[in-house]
Amino acid sequence: MSEKSKKPQEIIQTIDYKPPRKKWMDPAVEFRKGTFNYSASVDKLKYLDLPFPRKWQPTEDDWQLPDNWQEIIHKGFKDRLNKYRSFRVFMDICVRCGACADKCHYFIGSGDPKNMPVLRAELLRSVYRNDFTAAGKIFGTLAGGRKLTVDVLKEWFYYFFQCTECRRCSVFCPYGIDTAEITMMGRELLNLVGLNIDWICTPAANCFRTGNHLGIQPHGFKDSIDFAVDELEELTGVRVNAPINKKGAEILFVAPSADYFASPHYYTLLGYLALFHEIGLDYTWSSYASEGGNFGLFHSYETMKRLNSKIYMEAKRLGVKWVLGGECGHMWRVIHQYMDTLNGPADFLEEPVSPITGTKFENAKSTKMVHIMEFTSDLIKHNKIKLDPSRNDHWKVTFHDSCNPARAMGLIEEPRFVINHACNHFFEMPENTIKEQTFCCGSGAGLGTDENMEIRLRGGLPRANAVKYVHDKNDVNILLCICAIDKATLPPLLEYWVPEVDVGGIHEMVGNALVMKGENERATDLRGTPYPGKEGSENV
Amino acid sequence: MYDAGKIIIGLIIFLIIITFPVWYNIAMGKATYIPQLEYPVDAEQCVADSAYIRASHMDLLNTWRDKVVREGERVYHTPDGRRFEMSLSNTCMKCHNKKEEFCDRCHNYLAVDPYCWDCHIEPKELVP
Amino acid sequence: MNIVLSLLAVIILLLLAFIGVDVAGWRYFFGVIMPMATIIVFILGMVYRVIKWARSPVPFRITTTCGQQKSLPWFKASNLENPYNIWGVLGRMFLEIFFFRSLFRNTKVGLKDGPRLVYGSTKWLWLGGLVFHWSFLIVFIRHFKFFAEPVPAWVLALQNLDGFFQIGLPIIYATDIALLAALTFLFLRRVADPKLRYISLAADYFPLFLLMGIAVTGVLMRYFTKVDIIGIKEMAMGWLSLSPTVPEGISSLFFMHLFLVCCLFIYFPFSKLLHMAGIFVSPTRNLANTNRIKRHVNPWDYPVKLHTYEEYEDEFREVMKAAEMPLEKE
Repeated sequence: MSEKSKKPQEIIQTIDYKPPRKKWMDPAVEFRKGTFNYSASVDKLKYLDLPFPRKWQPTEDDWQLPDNWQEIIHKGFKDRLNKYRSFRVFMDICVRCGACADKCHYFIGSGDPKNMPVLRAELLRSVYRNDFTAAGKIFGTLAGGRKLTVDVLKEWFYYFFQCTECRRCSVFCPYGIDTAEITMMGRELLNLVGLNIDWICTPAANCFRTGNHLGIQPHGFKDSIDFAVDELEELTGVRVNAPINKKGAEILFVAPSADYFASPHYYTLLGYLALFHEIGLDYTWSSYASEGGNFGLFHSYETMKRLNSKIYMEAKRLGVKWVLGGECGHMWRVIHQYMDTLNGPADFLEEPVSPITGTKFENAKSTKMVHIMEFTSDLIKHNKIKLDPSRNDHWKVTFHDSCNPARAMGLIEEPRFVINHACNHFFEMPENTIKEQTFCCGSGAGLGTDENMEIRLRGGLPRANAVKYVHDKNDVNILLCICAIDKATLPPLLEYWVPEVDVGGIHEMVGNALVMKGENERATDLRGTPYPGKEGSENV
Repeated sequence: MYDAGKIIIGLIIFLIIITFPVWYNIAMGKATYIPQLEYPVDAEQCVADSAYIRASHMDLLNTWRDKVVREGERVYHTPDGRRFEMSLSNTCMKCHNKKEEFCDRCHNYLAVDPYCWDCHIEPKELVP
Repeated sequence: MNIVLSLLAVIILLLLAFIGVDVAGWRYFFGVIMPMATIIVFILGMVYRVIKWARSPVPFRITTTCGQQKSLPWFKASNLENPYNIWGVLGRMFLEIFFFRSLFRNTKVGLKDGPRLVYGSTKWLWLGGLVFHWSFLIVFIRHFKFFAEPVPAWVLALQNLDGFFQIGLPIIYATDIALLAALTFLFLRRVADPKLRYISLAADYFPLFLLMGIAVTGVLMRYFTKVDIIGIKEMAMGWLSLSPTVPEGISSLFFMHLFLVCCLFIYFPFSKLLHMAGIFVSPTRNLANTNRIKRHVNPWDYPVKLHTYEEYEDEFREVMKAAEMPLEKE
C-alpha cells in the first residue's frame, strides 16, 4: 500500500477547490498510481461472456479497442437513451446551476473539478450533444458538444470508476439528476468495448459461479458458518443451530458474503446467529445464494440481473415463505429498487409475517424480502428479546448511514431504534453528514481495492472528518454501519484519518447486548475483548 | 413503465394553458375588438396635441396633481400661450365628459387601472 | 469567451430587429411572421421533446429518498421527502416545482485547518432562482392583458398586487425590479464563483443575456419611452385570431423586445430551458418509494444467461457431499 505513504497533511494540502484555468472540454487524464483501478482479468470476462476480453492496462497508451469502437458506443448510447427515460432526461435538462458541485465526496477530497457531479455527467452529455442533438450537430463545441475520441473515452474510464454511485448529489439537484444513473450508463458503455475493472468483474464472476463474491465454494461456506457457531458457543456458552440449504424452512436468510469471511463483518454474523437462535427462528442459509451484495449493480443491468436471480430461485427451490436480508448497502439498493422488477414476481412466496411477533411487513408485500433492521426493530418493539445495553458500555458509538439504505430506501430510523436499545452511548455526527445527506465511505460501487487507495482516502475524507468530529467531542470509539463495503473499507480509512475509532455492525451490538437463555456470564464481547473487571476470568 | 396517460394529461394541461388566450377570445367573441373613442363634438382645441396626449396624458395629469395639491398653482400655460385650469374634472372632463366612452375604453382594453377616481368623483354622478 | 460570444449573440439579435424594422422596414416579418412562427415552434417543439422522453420507458423505480420510509407503524414516515402514495408524490413535486425544495437544502463546503470540513447552509442560489422564476412567471401572466379581451379579472388582480406599492407613474411593478435583480445575480454568480465559471457553457450565458435583453427593453418601454400599446394589443390579438395586422406607429424598441422574446421561445425546446418540462418527468422525484409494495414492470426486460442451482450442484456435488450438505441429486 505505497499509496498510503502520503501523510494526511500532504493530501490535505493538495486539495484546492479552485479549478484550473484550462477548459474542461480538453480531455486530459493522467493515470497516476493510487487513483485508478486495474483492468479486469481475461478469464473472468470470458466466464461472464463479456465482450472483448483482452490484456490491457489503463496506463498503457494503446487500449486495444476494437476497430469499430466508436460505432459500438454510439449504438450503445442510442440504445440506452431509448431504454432509460432517466438517462435521456438527465442528458437534456441540467442547467449547470452548480448545486451538486461540492456535494461529491471525491470532489471534496480531491478538488478535481471533473469530480463535480455536473462535470462527471457532462463527460457523457458533451458526447450526447455532439451525436444526438440538433444544437450540438450545428454549433459543435459552442453548444457544448465534444467528439468521442480515445482521450474522451479514457476520461470516461477514469471518472466513471471514480464515482461510487452514492446519489448524494441527486438529493441536492433541483431536478433530481442522479449521477449514479449516469455512471451506470457510462460503465455499461465502457463494458461494450471491453473496458472493465477487475475489482468488479472478478467478484461478479465468482458470484455467478459459486454464489458469492469471494468465490467461496459450498463446503468452504459451510465451514465458515460452522466455525462461527463454534466460536459463538465459546463466547456465550450457547450452541446455536445454523442450517444451510434446508428445505422447508420458513425463512431464507441472505447476507453479504463478507459477513462470514471478513472482519469486522464477522462479529455481525455472530450477532445474527445469536439472535436467530434466541428467538427460535426457523430459517436457513443458502450456499447457492450465499451473497446478498451484487457487484453486477456496478457493472451492468444484465450482470446485476444474473447475480440477483439466485435469491428468488433459491427461495423457490427451498420452499421458504419469505426472505430476510442482512446488513448491506448496495445489496439493498438492488433488493429494494431492482429485484422484483428484474427477477420477480415472487408469487411463489408469501407476504412476510414475523413468526415471532406476528407483524405483517406490509412494506415488503410484493418483493417479499425484509431488511434485518426492520425485523429486529419489530422484535425489540414487541419485547421479544432481552437486551442489556450496558454490555456495550465500552463502546461510544456513532452511526454511518450507508448511501443506499438512506437514499434509495429511507431506512433511517430503524437502525437508530436498534442502536438506541442495544447501546447506552450513541452520538450522531453533524447533520450534513448523516441520514439522506450521508457521505459515502469513498470506496463503494466496486472501488474498494488497494490499487486506488489514494482516491479512496480522499473520497472518504468527509466521512472520516465527521467521525473525527464526534471522536473529539464525544470520545466516540466505534463507527457502526450496516453495509459490507463500509465494514471492509472504513477501517483503513479511519486508521488513516482517525486511528482511534473502530468499525462495527449493528447486529454485533445486538449480539453483545442480547441476553440469551442458558448463556454463561459474558466475559468478553463478541470480539473477544474482555469486559472491564473480567480480564482473564474466562477463556478468551 | 411508460406512464403515457400521465404524460398525455400533462401535455394537454400544458396546451390548454399555453393556448388559453385563443379559447378565451373565441369564447368572449371580442378577438377583433379595437377600442373606438367618442370624441367631444363641440369642443375647442385640447391642451396639447393628440399624439402627446395619447402617449403621455398620465404624465401631464400627474404633474397637474402635484402642482395643484402640493404647490397651490392652479393655472396651466400651454406652449402656444393658452391658459387652462389644472383640473381633471373641470378642464379635461368638461369636454371629455363621457368617462365610459372615452377614458374607460382604452383603460379597460389595456387593463390600466388609474387611481384618478380614488379621490375624484366619477363624472357620471355630476352629469344629470 | 463563452460570455463574450453569448453577449454578442444577443446584441446581434437586437440589431437585427432594429435594422430589420427601422432600415429594411420588415415590419410584417417581425410583427407577424416571426411571432406566429414562434408560437408554433414553441408548442410543437415542447410536445416533440416531451414525447421523445415519453417514448423511453422508466424501467426501474429509482426514487431518491430524502426521508424516513414507510415501514413499521412506530416509525414516522415522511411522505413528502420519501413518498409512499400519490399524495406524497404530488406534494413532493409541488414543493420541488413551486418552491425548489431540493435547492433549499443546498450547502457549501469549506476546508479549514485541522483539517476540518465545515458545511454551511447557503440559500442564495435558491433565493435567486426562486425570485427569477416567480418574477418571470408573473411578468408572463401579466402579459396576458395583451392577449385577452376583455382582460380577465385575475390578470388585473395579479397586476394590482404586483404594483401594490403604487410607486411611480406608471406604477412600478415589483417583479420588473426583482426579475432584473435576480438575472443580474444569477449572472454574477456564474462569473464570480470559479467552479461555476469553469462549468458554464455558452448555453448557460446566452439565455441569461437573452432574458436580460427582454427585461431591459420591456422596462424601457414601460417606464422611459412610450409605445403605442393599443396598437400592440391589436397586433397581438391579430396573431391569435389569425387575422394579423401591423398597426402603424409601433416603435422599433417594441420590435426588438418582441424579437428577443421570439428567440427565447424558439430556443426553449432545444436547450437546457427544457428543464421546465423535465422536472415533471424526473424519475428520482416523481415516483413513490413503493418498490417492495408494488411490482414495477420493466417493459424491455429480457432473459439473461443464468447459473442455475442444478448447474451449481453439478459442479460442486462432490465437495458438498463430502461436507454432508443436502443435495438434490445424490
